[in-house]
Amino acid sequence: MVKNVQAGVGQFVPAVRRHGAPIRITVDGEALDARAGDSILAAVLLRRRALRRHEFGGELRAGFCLMGACQDCWVWLDRERRVRACTTTVTEGMRIDLDAPDEEPASFD
Amino acid sequence: MTRVAIVGAGPAGIRAAAALVEAGIRPVLLDEAARPGGQGYRTPSPGLDLDMAALMGSEAAHHARLHGLFAAIHDRVDYRPETLVWAVDGRTLHVATQGRAGMVAFDALLLATGATDRVVPCPGWTKPGVFTLGGAQAILKDQGCFIGRRVAFVGSSPLLLLAALQYQSLGAHVAAVVDTTPFGAKLAALPDLAASPRTLRRGIAYRTKLRAAGIPVHDGAAPVAIEGRDGVEGVRLRHGAREWTIACDAVALGHGLKPETQLADLAGAQFAYDPVFRQWLPETDADGRAGPSLYLAGDGAAIGGAYAAEASGTLAAAALLADHGRPQPKATLRRLRQEVARLRRFQRGLARAFAWPAGQAAALPDDATLCRCEGITAGEVRRAMAQPLGPREVNRVKAITRVGMGRCQGRICGPALADIVAAAAGLDHAAVGRLRGQAPVKPIPLVLGAEPAG
Repeated sequence: MVKNVQAGVGQFVPAVRRHGAPIRITVDGEALDARAGDSILAAVLLRRRALRRHEFGGELRAGFCLMGACQDCWVWLDRERRVRACTTTVTEGMRIDLDAPDEEPASFD
Repeated sequence: MTRVAIVGAGPAGIRAAAALVEAGIRPVLLDEAARPGGQGYRTPSPGLDLDMAALMGSEAAHHARLHGLFAAIHDRVDYRPETLVWAVDGRTLHVATQGRAGMVAFDALLLATGATDRVVPCPGWTKPGVFTLGGAQAILKDQGCFIGRRVAFVGSSPLLLLAALQYQSLGAHVAAVVDTTPFGAKLAALPDLAASPRTLRRGIAYRTKLRAAGIPVHDGAAPVAIEGRDGVEGVRLRHGAREWTIACDAVALGHGLKPETQLADLAGAQFAYDPVFRQWLPETDADGRAGPSLYLAGDGAAIGGAYAAEASGTLAAAALLADHGRPQPKATLRRLRQEVARLRRFQRGLARAFAWPAGQAAALPDDATLCRCEGITAGEVRRAMAQPLGPREVNRVKAITRVGMGRCQGRICGPALADIVAAAAGLDHAAVGRLRGQAPVKPIPLVLGAEPAG
């Protein structure tokens, strides 16, 4: 969980306006406003400086390749389905966890 | 009827599909992305106020034409977006779509898998705010976002200039463009670059525009470290004896491109070392044949850029048709071969002008992270190699240290790993081998593989 990052300031910055409908998602149980068309990564990084903590070293990470190659931005949906935040679009009510559930995920994107 | 599977819906895959459709074949077009176009010619996500024509600039007409072509053939192609091809087994592709497993049988396979960024790590490169150069462009085209408020473009690539201009034109603050290659090396590459005068002129225009916008362009400088506590606060540079820091909150890092060759590897392509690109590339004939019923096109075969991708996609499809009893007009084949050869020659010039900084990779400090997935440092690799009977080949190094064994499966750290291993072993770069492609080419959970085919 990325706590010690300045709240409300995103790593990403909107270059143009997004018209999509407002979408509510939760990230580690915390509500987060997104817009239709946002990728999970954009939705999070428009509001936070990092996505997750590295599972081995614990340092902050925010993805890297942004095109589905490096897999640095895995998140979990409903505590079971593993997806890449950079290539997965938000949907209303999406429940996102940033850390792996204890068991092997049942599915992926 | 010949069953043709195409992997990748970028310029090469779309052109190949169009050529097959014209010949009366309905190919399966499998693409990992949700929307067609590949990386460079991607379709933005819906609902963005993004002027793609302005963003694509001189490539706007090509972008529009490719997407127009896709729309025209869409209903004559079995197009399957959001589909990962994770293995090739004989004449069967193993695929995964939104968590469901499947198989696609083919008589001929055309791989147009594209490329990803090649990066040299530096201390601090795993911090949030450091992204690949291609990623910095992808997030802008796909999501209408900048990677930060004050962005430094660092590496060795003509795309540094293009990306910096795209950011600048949309209102981002560009801190600097830092190009590792000295200006003299660019001049030395001019003979090959002259193979595509139009693209050469465009590159020169980018520099002029950046200078006019007051953006510093540093040639021959290298990053010492990316600094900051929780995120990026600056990038420390060195040029000769001089060291200084540029303040920024994001870094786009890119040292050229590398073909995504994992599927070609699994499909049986042979690989040869290319000293100019310093890469192992799949071997093909001039038309893209890489083995029985195996065809490669676009940047996934050899870095050639979008125009070469389109021409080589058409050419590989023509070769496929010819091999399946439908001879193609000789004049057309000749023209396409010449086009592909000319554009790839230009890219060889670019690979010289914007060289992979092998020395910089080999000199990665011991305490710097090399493998970002497993969190393994350059020093751990060197120490493992220094043991009695220590490994001197990259797959052995991988087996012992776990470098390249994590989530990205060596896509990101592989190129730098080869330089570190070569330097530590005192061997030629070509002598330390290449990380072999293995199924699944991207990680999938075990339960998916076990599901019955759909």
